[in-house]
Amino acid sequence: MSEWTPNLIVFACNWCTYQGADLAGSLRYDYPSNIKIIRVPCSGRVEPEFVVEAFKRGADGVFIGGCHPGDCHYKEGNYKAIRRFDLLKRILLDMGIETERFQLEWISGSEGKRFAEAMTTFEKNVRELGPCRVKEGV
Amino acid sequence: MADKKLRLAVLMAGACGGCDMAIVDISETLVDVLPSLEVVFWAPTVADVKYKDLEAMPDKSIDVGLISGMIRLDEHEHMCKVMRAKCNVIVAYGACAAMGGIPGMANMHTKEEIFQTAYFDTFSTDNPEGVTPQPSYLLDGKYDLTLPTFYPYVRPIQSVIDVDFFLGGCPPHHSVVLNALVAILKGELPPKGSWITNGKAVCDVCVRNPRNTDEKREMVKEVRRTIDGDPDENKCLLQQGYMCLGPITQGDCGALCPKVNIPCAGCGGPIPGVKDFGLRAVSAIASLMDNEDLVNQIPSPVKLFYRYSLPSSMLGKKVKKV
Repeated sequence: MSEWTPNLIVFACNWCTYQGADLAGSLRYDYPSNIKIIRVPCSGRVEPEFVVEAFKRGADGVFIGGCHPGDCHYKEGNYKAIRRFDLLKRILLDMGIETERFQLEWISGSEGKRFAEAMTTFEKNVRELGPCRVKEGV
Repeated sequence: MADKKLRLAVLMAGACGGCDMAIVDISETLVDVLPSLEVVFWAPTVADVKYKDLEAMPDKSIDVGLISGMIRLDEHEHMCKVMRAKCNVIVAYGACAAMGGIPGMANMHTKEEIFQTAYFDTFSTDNPEGVTPQPSYLLDGKYDLTLPTFYPYVRPIQSVIDVDFFLGGCPPHHSVVLNALVAILKGELPPKGSWITNGKAVCDVCVRNPRNTDEKREMVKEVRRTIDGDPDENKCLLQQGYMCLGPITQGDCGALCPKVNIPCAGCGGPIPGVKDFGLRAVSAIASLMDNEDLVNQIPSPVKLFYRYSLPSSMLGKKVKKV
């Protein structure tokens, strides 16, 4: 068997983080190749169910990227996202899932470099934690 | 109604008996229904029939089987499988059967931790020899005694057998039970695998809903617990900061708890279209909060949002550290 690589899911908001990822590509910044980006209309669209489903199906880490506060295309989607994120993080912690596996960050369309850096740090943190045991089932 | 009597079986698996009481609570109306019912099995609570009597019945000879309670022991699992073989229709009856219920919160702890507390740590325990329940024991070298095996985690019954219908409530309100029985008698049933429900949320039928009182709905400004004073009897509980799970709970109960100033705890089960009760509750409640700090004031979120549904949730149990 080859060395284990973390399976990472990134929910990227269409208006900011997805554009940021695009820019990171255009500017040829390096970031880990084992992230899988799922484009969502808004970080507020990410239901807690999506996050847990990702973990259940084998993700080792889940990252949500949204617009900076005040920049949301839908005015307050990212405020809803952070409230859900804070609460879900407490639930995941109580259920035995390390908080480093679940991250939320604000990355705008012009922050290609920041996207690449955030992905690198996220990948490194999850790699240190090792595989997530949720997928092994009940 | 059908000419021939409907053969009914009721099994209490890992339950408290409240669900059985709810059937008895139909009282006078039950008398109206009784002529068309033949109770062939109701154990271990009401009728004097033994497990072996049910095992001896021919397969598919019973029309409807109600199972209350969750799966904690191998006895529960075995009897559920027997019920499935003997009954044509199986109803997961009540919050425990459908979702795992209150005992499901034990999934936050391992079997070892539970035994440690129950047989060693509690103040009233006197157990100098450190005895814990064993599945089998040979007494005096000749009496072979057995006890059911205690499973590591609580499971809802649909994880063990195929369930046809679900019924929420802890216990289900007797009118809900009656409606379900009548629906079964008349053969007016929803598609297999669905809840027997009116499809409405508790908020939908709650008299405190701002929509029903012509008030403007606002963001929640503070988090309060039920011990923090009395709520205003006419205003929405969520609006006042009490964590009421009405928005995502089925309202077959007619919003009984909010009517008497108690926030909904979610025993009715998720409204149609919700996959995971607790996570959807997180989504709904968090979006109603006025600011981020409030979210951190919500006490013990897992046990609040998964009070009745932890074993049937997507995570199901606490993930153990290696």
